[in-house]
Amino acid sequence: MALIDTINPLLTTGWSKGDAGWSLKDYEARGGYAQLKRILSSKMSQDEVIAEVKKSALRGRGGAGFPAGLKWSFMPKAAPEKYVVCNTDEGEPGTFKDRDLLRYDPHSTIEGMIIAAYAVGAKRGYNYIHGEIFDIYQRFEEALDQARAAGYLGERILGSDFSFDLFAHHGWGAYICGEETGLLESIEGKKGQPRYKPPFPANFGLYGKPTTINNTETFAAIPFIMGMGGEAYLNLGKPNNGGTKLFSVSGHVNRPGNYEVPMGTPFAKLLEMAGGMRGGRKLKAVIPGGSSAPVLPAEVMMDCTMDYDSIAKAGSMLGSGAVIVMDETVCMVKALERLSYFYFEESCGQCTPCREGSGWLYRVVHRIEHGEGRPEDLDLLNRVTDNMMGKTICALADAAAFPVRSFIKHFKSEFEYHIEHKKCLVSPEVQRAGSGFFKAGAA
Amino acid sequence: MVEIEIDGRSLQVDDGSTVIEAAHKLGTYIPHFCYHKKLSIAANCRMCLVQVEKAPKPMPACATLVTNGMKVFTHSEQAVKAQKAVMEFLLINHPLDCPICDQGGECQLQDLAVGYGESDSKYEEEKRVVPDKDLGPLVSTDMTRCINCTRCIRFTAEIAGFMELGQSFRGEHAEVMPFIGKTVDTELSGNIIDLCPVGALTSKPFRFSARTWELSRRKSVSPHDGLGSNLIVQTKHDRVMRVLPLENEDINECWLTDKERFSYQGLNSAERLTRPMVKQGGAWQEVDWNVALDYASHALRDVAKTHGSEAIGGLLSPHATLEEMYLAQKLLRGLGSENIDFRLRQSDFSADGRRKGTPWLGMKIADISRLDRVLVVGSFLRKDHPLIAQRLRQSAKRGAEISVLHSADDDLLIKLAARAIAAPSQLPAILAQVVKAVCAIKGVAADTAVAGVTVSAEAQAIAQSLASGSNAGILLGNFTQQHPQAATLQALAGQLAVALGGKFGFLGEAANSVGGYVAKAVPGAGGLNAAAMLKEPRQAYVVLGAEPELDCADGALALATLTKAAAVVVLSPFKSQAMLDYAAVLLPVSPFSETSGTFVNTEGRAQSFYAAAKPLGETRPAWKVLRVLGNLLGVAGFEFDSSEDVRAEVLGGTPDFASGLDNGIDGVALNLGASVNGFERVADVPLHFADPLARRAPALQQTRDAAAPAAHMNAVMLAKLGLASGDRTRVGAGGTATVALTAQLDAGLPDRVVRVAAAHVDTVALGAMCSVLTVEKA
Repeated sequence: MALIDTINPLLTTGWSKGDAGWSLKDYEARGGYAQLKRILSSKMSQDEVIAEVKKSALRGRGGAGFPAGLKWSFMPKAAPEKYVVCNTDEGEPGTFKDRDLLRYDPHSTIEGMIIAAYAVGAKRGYNYIHGEIFDIYQRFEEALDQARAAGYLGERILGSDFSFDLFAHHGWGAYICGEETGLLESIEGKKGQPRYKPPFPANFGLYGKPTTINNTETFAAIPFIMGMGGEAYLNLGKPNNGGTKLFSVSGHVNRPGNYEVPMGTPFAKLLEMAGGMRGGRKLKAVIPGGSSAPVLPAEVMMDCTMDYDSIAKAGSMLGSGAVIVMDETVCMVKALERLSYFYFEESCGQCTPCREGSGWLYRVVHRIEHGEGRPEDLDLLNRVTDNMMGKTICALADAAAFPVRSFIKHFKSEFEYHIEHKKCLVSPEVQRAGSGFFKAGAA
Repeated sequence: MVEIEIDGRSLQVDDGSTVIEAAHKLGTYIPHFCYHKKLSIAANCRMCLVQVEKAPKPMPACATLVTNGMKVFTHSEQAVKAQKAVMEFLLINHPLDCPICDQGGECQLQDLAVGYGESDSKYEEEKRVVPDKDLGPLVSTDMTRCINCTRCIRFTAEIAGFMELGQSFRGEHAEVMPFIGKTVDTELSGNIIDLCPVGALTSKPFRFSARTWELSRRKSVSPHDGLGSNLIVQTKHDRVMRVLPLENEDINECWLTDKERFSYQGLNSAERLTRPMVKQGGAWQEVDWNVALDYASHALRDVAKTHGSEAIGGLLSPHATLEEMYLAQKLLRGLGSENIDFRLRQSDFSADGRRKGTPWLGMKIADISRLDRVLVVGSFLRKDHPLIAQRLRQSAKRGAEISVLHSADDDLLIKLAARAIAAPSQLPAILAQVVKAVCAIKGVAADTAVAGVTVSAEAQAIAQSLASGSNAGILLGNFTQQHPQAATLQALAGQLAVALGGKFGFLGEAANSVGGYVAKAVPGAGGLNAAAMLKEPRQAYVVLGAEPELDCADGALALATLTKAAAVVVLSPFKSQAMLDYAAVLLPVSPFSETSGTFVNTEGRAQSFYAAAKPLGETRPAWKVLRVLGNLLGVAGFEFDSSEDVRAEVLGGTPDFASGLDNGIDGVALNLGASVNGFERVADVPLHFADPLARRAPALQQTRDAAAPAAHMNAVMLAKLGLASGDRTRVGAGGTATVALTAQLDAGLPDRVVRVAAAHVDTVALGAMCSVLTVEKA
């Protein structure tokens, strides 16, 4: 699923040749590594690099949206040993942008990480790539070999006195390893479980050393920011929401795939780029930022623009930019059952509320979906989610709770119908027709 | 210091404290499960959530650091709501099988559920079931009850030193388990039972035998190693059912070794001697006390009359109480014999008569944790003194440098700064090298006897580590005390301590290793020591609490000598076949749990205790038996009404610490050179064979630490002898007797050394702990 469409291609400039354009020479032909060369040859100061990134208002693309430049500035200057880590443990259901970034243009991430390492004074970096995309991990290793051979990585890069090496590390498919401190634990060879914060990774990160950890897309944007300047990058998007963003559009659209659009692009425009609704059916709901973001009903979503602030105002999160589109054939109870199962399976088991609560949620939603719901179940679900949220080390409990609360909030009548009539408001035939696996009427 | 406010009360606490520590200072209880003051912070149970002003969410009190001006509310609506929410989550998958759970009545979850739980459950889904795990003979599991607090995991990793437990799987499927196919084998494993806040980990020997509220509790003191761990002995109908730690930060902290926790099973052993017995015409008869005491007193008096009083010897167990030892020596001296000793495993007595005082640890136990440089000389530390090893493990993590000089390289699970591993005969020379090297670094003159040695790289590394600190200590282990050049090692350690401006001392082997000296249970002028009494056979022996064939340096010699003696009077809680063979009269005396008494631990602390249970059968406290024997024999000064009277006479009152503690020795000629022809024996005393009580505790005997002795050698030795690990061998000690042992590779042993455990029936025939062995393929 390559890039389908774009406005202002930046991150995706190299994607047009598909699998034929990823290697070092292609990247260099597109102007790759020019920014690294410029920074090193002009002996740009670390503070200048960070200032440029701050100016761009680049916000973390992994989901939390924390300003990248600010994060870098937290790194203690004097520490002798520091790390830069890239989070490609793209586990959020609905998200597949980092996979394609590394498939079609791995060197932009590598260059971004080298520049970041230069800015924060790190000598070693890791890219943690989730285990299900092993071929991407292998390609990244190849790209690293190319970069090392060309002198972009290793001792005294390009003749400067800056040394940095970068390693790929692949996970084994645990969602929790996408949480940054769980990821660090996993690199260290331990069970992937989030750490209590503070201390934050900038003080106590990988192997207890100061560490900057960012999402793949965040790093990939760095060379472009350095190329066009922070100001210009910011102006591509909206104030406080700089640049372009990759959106992974999935669900009931005609052309699911990754789309790069400037921050602040109307959702309607994105939907249009994705070919509109499949079969011309009516939009029912959208999860705008990956499965852990609260769902928004169609009418709310159609008024949103695609940026952190607009989506937040509507009551959800831009998250990782995974836009899950659902049409009128979707049973919201069944959809929630699937989501709740995911969080039940992926809770790491460390904190009591999440370990116990995620299973409770799933079992109750499962019961409702299977015609064994009780009138008091909806209150129970709301109470259990309330007891989970904000009471755990990491945000997974919140991620498990948000879908439950938002589905019930916006589609309560469907849940009530399920409980009362012990079946779906949306008939199974309609659901099958919309699923894409069955041709309408074929049953 | 920062100032904070908890529930409206302000206080000053140290920077870097956590909220739960601050609350503890105020006496405010915050409910918790995963938090434990001795373990790292996990913050996973979430029970300790409290409200912090300006924080948007409730914060875990165990992990939240105090900041100046912080306002904490532990009982606010937000806090209590969060705590109740967590309690509900904890209970939904918990079996609630309290009526059949061993933890019932002493369960943190049960207790807190009363305060924070609802009276009924809203959870109506299926509950989780978790398969049980086999953790070995000591710890039983009911993993369905586990609340995944990970205390047990953190204990094995942080306190015991090796992560034998871990959490596998994710989320609701998470399970605490050992490595696949492995058990939890640390010598401290029982502590995870105490740490477990629910009934997931319970005591295998104890479980299903009593409810906690049926048990009577008595404070007591461990009768095993020299630490003197404080105990709570729990009894039901005068039978000891369980032993738990009594927290004492200066001694055992909140821990117990497995030996201390589970040896109580031996108290209920079928081998308990419960009636006095005398041998008449070669046959044993159970008799009344007055008959047995008459018999014993006549036997001793007869020998004294016909062969002279020096024909009587007294072998006293170092695990006997201060009062028992004192009365025993007083009795023997009253009869005119100076042949008294409790140092049964010692082989070098050349320091006798040159000692400035009672040998001891040389510092407080708690001071060990303050040393920044430590040299442990000749010690199977992790097995001989598990809780001192634990202290050093924590010190090493804080940056203290620990070095080892020994004849085996057992993994102490402590990061070592330097080590020298050599055959027993080489230890004095290497210690001399360390002394010389330290003197050179410190620029002080070394003893002339030391000046001649050549400093090896290992000795230099140890010296450099020791000299680089500001508070050094040298700890002499059991192996050093049993060494044939023990006095030399002691003198050298003394020189080393002087050069370093540090401390040195002995890790007491037994509960009363210091108390024996205090009780004067050592030979006086002209008397024979423990070894001499066996080499120069006496006509009569008084044996108190010991099994000489297992507890003496040369068990075979002890057995042979006692068998030949005309009269052996044994005071013991147990009977054994060997005893029945050599004794003339067996007097059943109380083990520690059935008598009052005192142990003086390795730091010189006199710790008294009362009986926790009534004496079993016709057993009587040994101090009473000795008192009556004294009366019967007409010895003066035996008018004691209580063990406290005896104690007052020994200690001159009731001081907390014994007086006269001093490790100095005068005029010992250093004996460095000893080239040994043949394979030197390294004899350890496996921890669960070290004393008669532990030897009779069935659960301890099933642990890995109680494995049958083998002939351990390094790879070079095995190759030289044409042996492979697992081959059967015949091991001899020069005499005619040989024992059959399995050869086993131990890569940590030096060359020309065979390690064969002592204190075990399989190896008694080999005789002396320090000897030269022959090994051939069987």
